[in-house]
Amino acid sequence: MAINKDSNTYTISFAIVLVVIVGGLLAMIANGLKPIQDENLMNEKKQNILNCLPGNKAISRDEAGSVFSDFVKQRVILDYNGKIKDNTLLDNSVELNNKNTNDAFSVDLLKEYKTIKDQESRNYPLYICDVKGQTYYVAPVMGKGLWAAVWGFIALDDLGNKISGTVFDHKSETPGLGAEISQDFFEDQFIGKLISNNNDFKSIEVNKPGNPLNDYQVDGISGGTFTSVGVEEMMSRTLVVYHKYIKNLNKS
Amino acid sequence: MSEQTVAIEEKKKVVKEREPLFSKKNKKLITDPLDENNPITIQVLGICSALAVTVQMKAAVVMSVAVLFVLILANVSVSLIRNLIPNRIRIIVQLVVVAALVIIVDQVLKAYLFDVSKELSVFVGLIITNCIIMGRLEAFALGNKPWPSALDAIGNSLGYGMVLVIVSFFKELFGSGKLFGFEIFGNATEQTGLYAMGYMDNGLMLLPPSSLIIVAVYIWIQKLRNPSLIETH
Repeated sequence: MAINKDSNTYTISFAIVLVVIVGGLLAMIANGLKPIQDENLMNEKKQNILNCLPGNKAISRDEAGSVFSDFVKQRVILDYNGKIKDNTLLDNSVELNNKNTNDAFSVDLLKEYKTIKDQESRNYPLYICDVKGQTYYVAPVMGKGLWAAVWGFIALDDLGNKISGTVFDHKSETPGLGAEISQDFFEDQFIGKLISNNNDFKSIEVNKPGNPLNDYQVDGISGGTFTSVGVEEMMSRTLVVYHKYIKNLNKS
Repeated sequence: MSEQTVAIEEKKKVVKEREPLFSKKNKKLITDPLDENNPITIQVLGICSALAVTVQMKAAVVMSVAVLFVLILANVSVSLIRNLIPNRIRIIVQLVVVAALVIIVDQVLKAYLFDVSKELSVFVGLIITNCIIMGRLEAFALGNKPWPSALDAIGNSLGYGMVLVIVSFFKELFGSGKLFGFEIFGNATEQTGLYAMGYMDNGLMLLPPSSLIIVAVYIWIQKLRNPSLIETH
């Protein structure tokens, strides 16, 4: 018996069978690959944290997983006033745990940036690192570029005055324009720039390229104005908290 | 000879005359889209990604490979079920097949080629909307066997990739003085090479409109070489 392919029954059953098969296949693949994808993301975050420390630019994503605890000695979550939140100061004997809400590593900055409008109630994770006996503070920053999120990790020196290194990345900025913020030439400009003026916080400005620069200014990306503005905004909004923390630490 | 044996003889002939894998007709499936029937320059499909992913050659190449992969699999799978697809929902069925393949590509890239997936970011997802893919499914795979469909897919994605690579060559070279990320004209920030003599990158080349100009020049040269492509009305 030939099947009438134009009948409603055939059309609907075909649709149902197709959707079930395709849906099942996709669910299987997504579930099967999830652990590998999660590990990639975790290693990438570790790599970013390590890469912004001086002399660590070359650490690859694969290495980052194993050498992370050699550099990152403590992880801590701060509140908006730069005070340590209860039970969140973990040293590197406590294993990294994405699920532990007291672990700075578990803080999802993008989610908080999108859902918590009041920046005073957001979490401010900080990584306290040691490179050859010298202490550095690595502060994550999160903001928005032209199309979607941009973020970065900023290494500050032990006095909280100077930037010692940066790593920037983005979700979907335009290649060749805004996406250039993740290139070395952009990131390296920040090294040695100041965020402190007589112990008061002073933010970094990302300027239109081609103008003379002082200690608080860097060149933006030509053609990537929105992304450059996003970088400036996220740094000024977030670094003020870490500045407070490091200054208080040095006072006492 | 009885009628029966004639019939059998004829049947044998038909079997013998089965097309070789790379018959002239099949070869044309690959070569046509490269020139005379190029999806971008002649059919004017897939222009959107030609504008968006051509700022750097690397992204253009990776995008072309991703489209090649998706188009082959989509063409072959639609061709395999072409006799089962109910006519009334065929576009939706094609869309489901393409969307599923694109998600698979995206997931696999995220797991095993993490850096490439970051490079392409949203563009992988946008393969779904690439008109070339739906166009080939509707125009070719629905009415042809899997093997010619696969060849058709290879031809069209190569034709697409070729234009992408050519456009990105000019855009990256004159927009940022680089090819595949290597500095060709010297370093702009340190003012070396050509830049030392006062050369400057053309900012327009980094923006989508420049692709239109390059594609237009490409079409112009193509039609100059092959006047039969010029429409006369």
